[in-house]
Amino acid sequence: MTTVRRRLWIVLPLFAGAAAAAIVLAPTVGSTSISLSRAFDRSIPWAENVDAQIFFVARLPRVLAAALVGSTLAASGVVLQALLRNPLATPFTLGVSAGAALGAMIAIAAGLDLGALGVSSVPLASFLGSIVATALVYWLARSQRRGLSTNVLLLAGVTLNSFFSALILFVQYLADFTQSFRTVRWLMGDLDVGSYAPIVAALPLIVLAFAAFAVLTRALNLLSLGSDAAAARGVDVARAERLAFLSASLATGAAVSLAGPIGFIGIVVPHLVRLLVGSDHRLVLPASACFGAAFLIGCDLVSRTALAPLELPVGIVTAMIGGPFFLWQLVRHS
Amino acid sequence: MLTGVSLDVRRGALLGILGPNGSGKTTLLGLLAGTKRPSRGTIAIDGRPLAGFTRRALATRIAVVPQETHLAFDYTVLEIVLMGRHPHLGLFEVEGPADLGAARDALASVGAGHLEDRDFMTLSGGEKQRVVIAGALAQATDVLLLDEPTASLDLGAQLDIAQLLARLNETHGVTIVVSTHDLSLASGVCRELVLLRHGRVLASGATDDVLTAANVRALYDVDADVHRHEATGHLVVVPVHRRP
Repeated sequence: MTTVRRRLWIVLPLFAGAAAAAIVLAPTVGSTSISLSRAFDRSIPWAENVDAQIFFVARLPRVLAAALVGSTLAASGVVLQALLRNPLATPFTLGVSAGAALGAMIAIAAGLDLGALGVSSVPLASFLGSIVATALVYWLARSQRRGLSTNVLLLAGVTLNSFFSALILFVQYLADFTQSFRTVRWLMGDLDVGSYAPIVAALPLIVLAFAAFAVLTRALNLLSLGSDAAAARGVDVARAERLAFLSASLATGAAVSLAGPIGFIGIVVPHLVRLLVGSDHRLVLPASACFGAAFLIGCDLVSRTALAPLELPVGIVTAMIGGPFFLWQLVRHS
Repeated sequence: MLTGVSLDVRRGALLGILGPNGSGKTTLLGLLAGTKRPSRGTIAIDGRPLAGFTRRALATRIAVVPQETHLAFDYTVLEIVLMGRHPHLGLFEVEGPADLGAARDALASVGAGHLEDRDFMTLSGGEKQRVVIAGALAQATDVLLLDEPTASLDLGAQLDIAQLLARLNETHGVTIVVSTHDLSLASGVCRELVLLRHGRVLASGATDDVLTAANVRALYDVDADVHRHEATGHLVVVPVHRRP
């Protein structure tokens, strides 16, 4: 047994177990308390089993959305940090989430989210938005030889965020009032997906992105030594960077199309995971995906219960935690 | 930019590349490593052009030690050295006992076995350089290219690296090409030298023939005395006067 293999066997079941526990337990919390054993009791007919209805229809879609979005944003954070060689890079702070949000907004405002064919058009539009934003960031990074310096990274993020925000406001201004209320809530980061349909629509993109992440893990380790060093150790750098850039955009696009641009998951989660498991991406990436799921489910619980019966958009909760955390990291790294 | 450079590095050679800043040393090393492509001409290893290799296949033949290594994340020394095994592993393969053995042997041969569990970022410049060289050794290649390996090191660490390169060349049979500004490294360790100026070869050949006062003047615009140090038998270059 080598160290990496042994650590994989210890770390992954722990993190996966935490995520699974969060997914099963979170739906039991809410205004009406329900019993897990009753919800899973197959002997009671579905129509009479109120606990099962609350669990599977009212609460589970939202929890699953939180799990998917949390793990996707955390994993994209890990990939972007390795790609740009900067631990402060995240989809949200780079403006990639805002790009995705703009794409999704345009699709929603144009009415493309309705109809059978339209179901998948919002994730796709969101992906297109995020790819434009990532392309800009990546192009900036390529013009710097040693990865993206923190200064350039922050400036690029501020610029892209305000640019895309202006365009989002413009789209909102043109849209009618009822749509406008919906989109404002969504822009704050909202996991209230209502049914399984949006999750199913986003899932193919997320699966594709995670397949690419899985292929990339060892290359991400080498890329963090610098592109020349990675190339000298046998990484096809251009191909690995292209794949990382595409899959991170895909993942961010899918996550944002589901729940809006929820911030700071991409920095809080990978950082805490690195403290626990070290820097090897073969551990950091899957552990962050699991922990991201549990983390966002937890934040969503807080947003549902803190001011009950009022439900806060979850983006406010993640920002409360993530904003100070990001500042602390910024001070540490500069 | 390089023009009209023709170079033949024999197996087992220990070759130094000298030249002022901007003379094309790093470019030449990048070309030899296959990480840069020549706009004209070819570079071949054992008669096979580098362009015909995949990145991975080439990394099993040629290893590179960059001038400095900056990490985005803090890896342990062992993790850094194990990254040298990358070209020998399949897509989802995890390092096995053989890879771990190769990494530990490499660490031992650069005298850094005791650093195995340290975080790379906490090491001194000289220790970092030795660990990066160990990573290149773990790659198990015939050829090792180093870009100014002593540039940011203190005198003791410079001597360590020089002796390490000589030992790797003699006892492990590694072919070494090293670019440097360090004339005592060049004269003390390198058996052959190539002098580059403005992207062209000014002189090349055995160190004793090439490292002359006339060549130092032509290379750096510096008048220098070159004489032999009796105890070591190495040439010593004493810069005297910068020519206008």
